[in-house]
Amino acid sequence: MPENTHGHPEPSYLEYQGKHKGLKAWIFSTDHKRIGLLYLYTILTFFGIGLLIGLLMKLELIAPGQTIMGPDTYNRFFTLHGVIMIFVVVIPGLPAVFGNFVMPIQIGAPDVAFPRLNLLSWWIYILGILLVLSSLLTGGGAPDTGWTFYAPYSFETGTNMLPAVLGAFTLGFSSILTGLNFIVTIHRMRAPGMSWFKMPLFPWALYGTGWIQLLATPVVGITLLMIVAERTLGIGFFDPDLGGDPILYQHLFWIYSHPAVYIMILPAMGAISEILPAFARKTIFGYRAIVISTLMIAFVGYFVWGHHMFTSGMSGTALYTFSLLTFIVAIPSAIKVFNWISTLHKASINVQTPFYWAISFIFVFMVGGLTGLILGSLATDVHVHDTAFVVGHFHYIVFGGTGFAFLGAMHYWFPKIYGRMYNARRANLGWLIFFIGFNALYSPMFYLGVAGMARRYYDYLPEFHSGNIISSIGAYVMATGLVIIVVNLILGARRGEKAEANPWGGKTLEWSVPSPPPLENFEKIPVVTREPYDYSA
Amino acid sequence: MFSGASNFVEGVDIAFVLILGISAFFLIGLTALMLYFTWKYNKKRNPVATQIHGNNTLEVVWTVIPTILVLVMFWYGYKGWKPMMTPPDDAMEVTAVARMWSWSFEYQNGKTSTTLKLPVDEPVKLNLKAVDVIHSLFIPAFRVKQDMVPNKPDNFMWFTPQKAGIYDLFCTEYCGIRHSYMYTDVEVMSREDFDTWYNDSTDMLLLADTNADPAVVAAMMGKQLVENKGCIACHSLDGSKLVGPSFQGIYGKSETVVTNGKERGITVDDEYIRHSILKPNDDIVKGYASGQMQSYEGQLNNEEIDKIIAFLKTLGN
Ligand code: HEC
Ligand SMILES: [Cu+2]
Ligand SMILES: [Cu+2]
Repeated sequence: MPENTHGHPEPSYLEYQGKHKGLKAWIFSTDHKRIGLLYLYTILTFFGIGLLIGLLMKLELIAPGQTIMGPDTYNRFFTLHGVIMIFVVVIPGLPAVFGNFVMPIQIGAPDVAFPRLNLLSWWIYILGILLVLSSLLTGGGAPDTGWTFYAPYSFETGTNMLPAVLGAFTLGFSSILTGLNFIVTIHRMRAPGMSWFKMPLFPWALYGTGWIQLLATPVVGITLLMIVAERTLGIGFFDPDLGGDPILYQHLFWIYSHPAVYIMILPAMGAISEILPAFARKTIFGYRAIVISTLMIAFVGYFVWGHHMFTSGMSGTALYTFSLLTFIVAIPSAIKVFNWISTLHKASINVQTPFYWAISFIFVFMVGGLTGLILGSLATDVHVHDTAFVVGHFHYIVFGGTGFAFLGAMHYWFPKIYGRMYNARRANLGWLIFFIGFNALYSPMFYLGVAGMARRYYDYLPEFHSGNIISSIGAYVMATGLVIIVVNLILGARRGEKAEANPWGGKTLEWSVPSPPPLENFEKIPVVTREPYDYSA
Repeated sequence: MFSGASNFVEGVDIAFVLILGISAFFLIGLTALMLYFTWKYNKKRNPVATQIHGNNTLEVVWTVIPTILVLVMFWYGYKGWKPMMTPPDDAMEVTAVARMWSWSFEYQNGKTSTTLKLPVDEPVKLNLKAVDVIHSLFIPAFRVKQDMVPNKPDNFMWFTPQKAGIYDLFCTEYCGIRHSYMYTDVEVMSREDFDTWYNDSTDMLLLADTNADPAVVAAMMGKQLVENKGCIACHSLDGSKLVGPSFQGIYGKSETVVTNGKERGITVDDEYIRHSILKPNDDIVKGYASGQMQSYEGQLNNEEIDKIIAFLKTLGN
């Protein structure tokens, strides 16, 4: 342990005693590491709830006709599943947890630029969750509109739509503040010597993400204000009965929600770019190409939202422009994949759990990305739009991409966070079962969609039965894997072996401080002279 | 694939096969390469890594090749889709009406059907009309889909069915509780069969038959209205509970309704039924949700409602 100037070993952030004790020492802490963990526990709790709802839906779909619930419950379930998973789990996801925990250390800073604002973001996030949950208990009960809240159905349903949308906006606001905080931190607080191109790729990804959060999220706020004005003042924006245009709603919704997909996937790509060199014992291939493609994705990602609306009746010119741009945005993602795989060439690979997550990420991300080409192409999208194909595609990207990267990051930074190790054999077993279950769960959806099964279906014709059985069984296999993974991590955090400062031999700065790190991270702010993935020595 | 069931199948399926082919090539190739590297450059086999920072030629190559490929894929997607935008002038026009949660198709001679009946090899233009929320008309075998947006002018789709047969037609835009039950059949038949159906006027003959009991005639027409206007998507005729109360034994029944938040007892008579159809959310039958049934104001006139009432009277217990 490092000694502080008084000669005592400095306590880790986990042991550190401030003016509060117990739970308060956490929920009022402005330490970026504790805030990261606050997000982690909140996100895991809600991920568990969203997962449970998903498993119940899969059980319902295992056979045609009613299995365990009625259509009304099912429709509310898929709405809640979507709202929780997208707004509460995946959008905050990697940035809020690992961005908070490791990014400041990776750039050699003692904390983020605005620690109090950081804590406030978490509180606003909790407020947003409470708002969403309040829709369950008040009025007509949980909304049954799907997480897209499409007009005019969302106005005609007797269920409680407004608190859910208000909650989504509040969650978005929290995300703006985090984005802003990270942008300023990265601009102003990099350690001396860490020029932009000596910065690791995870902070780079968070930087690109921060700008999307900042620029795209306000659109949700505007949309919400318009809904409120329409409901209370009767000004027709979206409701055809009031002379409004439901398609306008779809535009506004996707202007935010498409870039939001990049909020989910960019940090995931960043985490993979950290894990690969650490286990390949080799510098990342094409550092600059990866940085440039990150910025390209963040930029072009703003202009492709229309591909969610190819069948809603836009003009032909708009349609093929959106289609073309969608194809263009595939290129930087492909470039990243090529660079990641090249990183393994002539490497010296130490195959450990995080590495399994990283290469399986590349696989599921490729499946998600390549099926995205079918959705980006006009002729084929007309056929598969709003079918199970889309559901398969975005689960491969959002759950496959972000989820695999999240679990990879969890296994990678775990020793740093808790100062202990998990059982590697059990972790690998959990990964294998999860990987098999995941593919069994989502790949049949591609077939079902092409065969014509629409999405958001409570029931289906017998011709779709076989695909649904495989998918439902896959869901439970995957959940089994997940239970093994989570239990293993909890055991590791409680009584795993003590971890060293740098168990994987990583080169980025977080591995130069003790595990778990002290409150201020560094005894002395380091001076950076080398590139981030310098494995030559 | 390539079933030729409609004129668009070929264009769409070519784009499918092309994109799938390119995707499969990259997915399999890159996965194999990744696994090979993981095996070959395992630290046991290769204890010391060679530090390679990148290669500009490679970066250019793997930027340019994907760019060309995506442009090719874009082009085929565009080509397969383009003809969907311009219906031929001689297309037969049919109005497709979607409402929560049923379909009906209105032909130019006033004929209405709950299945889409079409003559083979003749282009058809469907004018799309959604009466309540957004629906989407999808015929997988024909590779066509178009959202149906309430009040949207010029909302249409067209195609030419090329093979006789029966095909599924689904609603793909989520539209509420019975979204997944909102499907019907497309029946593609020979011109002769189509004409026989199209010109069949048994109903008209019955109406003209002065000997027929007028109550029976009215009830018969009421039955058709109840089917074509989609009532049976929510109201069963056999006593089972769907989204709304069953029509079985409805006429003359005593029940409790909620009016302005207060419960009161009523007996179902002509006036009550008329009111329930035109202002469905004034009295909510106890145990059912408000906001589900939409007003049929402007969609059913007084005589039609009389016919529906005549039909409901015939549904005993
Ligand atoms: C979208 C579903 C839906 C459709 C379509 C629909 N209804 Fe209804 N209907 C309901 C529901 C739900 C109720 C019960 C709540 C209420 O009273 O508004 C109801 C109530 C009624 C009642 C009162 C029943 C009673 O027991 O008091 C009548 C009569 C009625 N509907 C007739 C019709 C007719 C005729 C049509 C077709 C022209 C029709 N409905 C179409 C959902 C629907
Ligand atoms: Cu519908
Ligand atoms: Cu529907």
